[in-house]
Amino acid sequence: MAEGPADPLLRLEGVQTHIGPYHILHGIYFEVPAGELTMLLGRNGAGKTTTLRTIMGLWRASAGSILFDGRDIAALPTPDIARSGIAYVPESMGIFTDLTVRENIVLAARSGPVDKARLEWILGLFPALKRFWNLPAGHLSGGQKQMLAIARAIAEPRQLLLVDEPTKGLAPVMVRSMIEAFRALKAAGETILLVEQNFHAASQLGDNVIVMDDGLVVHSGAMSELVADKALQQRLLGLSLDAHQ
Amino acid sequence: MSDAAAEATSAALPRARTDWLPLALVPVLALAALPLVGDLSAWVTLTLAGLAMGMMIFLMASGLTLVFGLMDIINFGHGVFISLGAYATLIVLGPLAGWASADSVTLNLALLLLCIAVAMGLTAVVGAVFERVIVRPVYGSHLKQILVTMGGLIVAEQAIHAIWGASPIPIPLPETLRGAFVVGDVVMERYRVVAVGIGLFVFAAMQLLLNRTRIGLLIRAGVENPEMVEALGYRIRRLFVSVFVAGSALAGLGGVMWAFYRQTLTAGMGMDVMVLVFIVIIVGGLGSVGGCFVGSILVALVANYVGFLAPKLALVSNILVMALVLIWRPQGLFPVARR
Repeated sequence: MAEGPADPLLRLEGVQTHIGPYHILHGIYFEVPAGELTMLLGRNGAGKTTTLRTIMGLWRASAGSILFDGRDIAALPTPDIARSGIAYVPESMGIFTDLTVRENIVLAARSGPVDKARLEWILGLFPALKRFWNLPAGHLSGGQKQMLAIARAIAEPRQLLLVDEPTKGLAPVMVRSMIEAFRALKAAGETILLVEQNFHAASQLGDNVIVMDDGLVVHSGAMSELVADKALQQRLLGLSLDAHQ
Repeated sequence: MSDAAAEATSAALPRARTDWLPLALVPVLALAALPLVGDLSAWVTLTLAGLAMGMMIFLMASGLTLVFGLMDIINFGHGVFISLGAYATLIVLGPLAGWASADSVTLNLALLLLCIAVAMGLTAVVGAVFERVIVRPVYGSHLKQILVTMGGLIVAEQAIHAIWGASPIPIPLPETLRGAFVVGDVVMERYRVVAVGIGLFVFAAMQLLLNRTRIGLLIRAGVENPEMVEALGYRIRRLFVSVFVAGSALAGLGGVMWAFYRQTLTAGMGMDVMVLVFIVIIVGGLGSVGGCFVGSILVALVANYVGFLAPKLALVSNILVMALVLIWRPQGLFPVARR
């Protein structure tokens, strides 16, 4: 992990997940320090999405423990996990397309009306959402939907934000906007676990990095170490950062 | 809404498109029928009767479309709640039969409202038990749902036979609701006018609930993506039960209105209208209350016009409407975005 790591907010210990007859996660261990952005990398099928869904309780861990803020949440139902302070942005974004942008955000604020100052901050991060405030979310472009998905996840303060491939399929200009938004979230002290395939984007954002392969964690450490070590990149991810710049 | 949001809404925004075409179907159909029917007063009478019938179908079907859309449950047992709602009138009519024949508008309407309240209460309780005992074990399996809810329907029908007997039971329409308003050559049955009023009230209440309340937002969101609703921290199971209970109570209300319309109770009266109920929720778009409303009126109007113009075709007119709508819009008139 990064130098002088903060206390882990989330810790996975020997987590295994089965989906039907398939054994997807084979006992993974990692930590997400509070107040930092941790990247979860790996090729397709490595188990990254399964890891996030298992943390959220959308798929059940068949073994191991998931300690969030010191409490094991592995057996909790999904709504209780969300209420404990974890927000989740799935790969599909999970936008309610029949609801307006406003209604999507209102629904995410469980405790009542969205705080005015926080909404101002969110709309400052994603100004495009202002234009579509009262339109059905189904009218948004892919990038705008992704912005809405993240805006919805931070509509109220949460302790941990899980985001699955936010730049997938986005145009380069939208990817840059997304990177800027995550930089602002980092600066605001949010704790984020972010799944990403785009190593160039990941290298700009991550404080820490976890690399998965075949349902196991094969590397964890500071992102700066991985960026500096081309041989390690080549071994873990089959690429070098230079090739993606 | 914050200043920023208010500023956002006041700017020149792209506007959401309203899908007017399905809404225009009803007036277009009615106007197209006018020259075919020929006589204006007959056309008005047929149209009003169709609207009243449409409202009663809507009352019976609206709960099922929500249950279908939100819970992905194919509940063939929905007819039970219609029958039970109808039979619940006997609980009120037993001790208060005199109110039906009393020469008092207040007593007559109070009797109707009491019947509705008792029927909705009874069907809500039975709906909660039905969901827990029959439906919950088969979430996620359509084939099992069909088999199990059909089984539940048969058992409930036999229970009605056991409690109230197998013979049809006549019930009196409250005095005030008998007869008709006559305006010129146009005849409007009083009970049908009341049915239209109750149908419109329920539709407006449902629209308000779905569009102006947090529980409504949750239902609409749950129809589209229940998993994401849970990931936002809401317990969708509780919402499922609430919607199932509310849907059962609405069917009970529809059963009362249907019972007074027919003035005869039979245990199978709920099952008899289930084909019609399924047709309107498919025509409207599964899970869409607005679609169910338009679909109910459309199907009822077509049945009335065809029944008048070509009685031999009346039996198949509903199927024809459904086929034509599905050819035009395979997801129904107002498709709901789904998981």
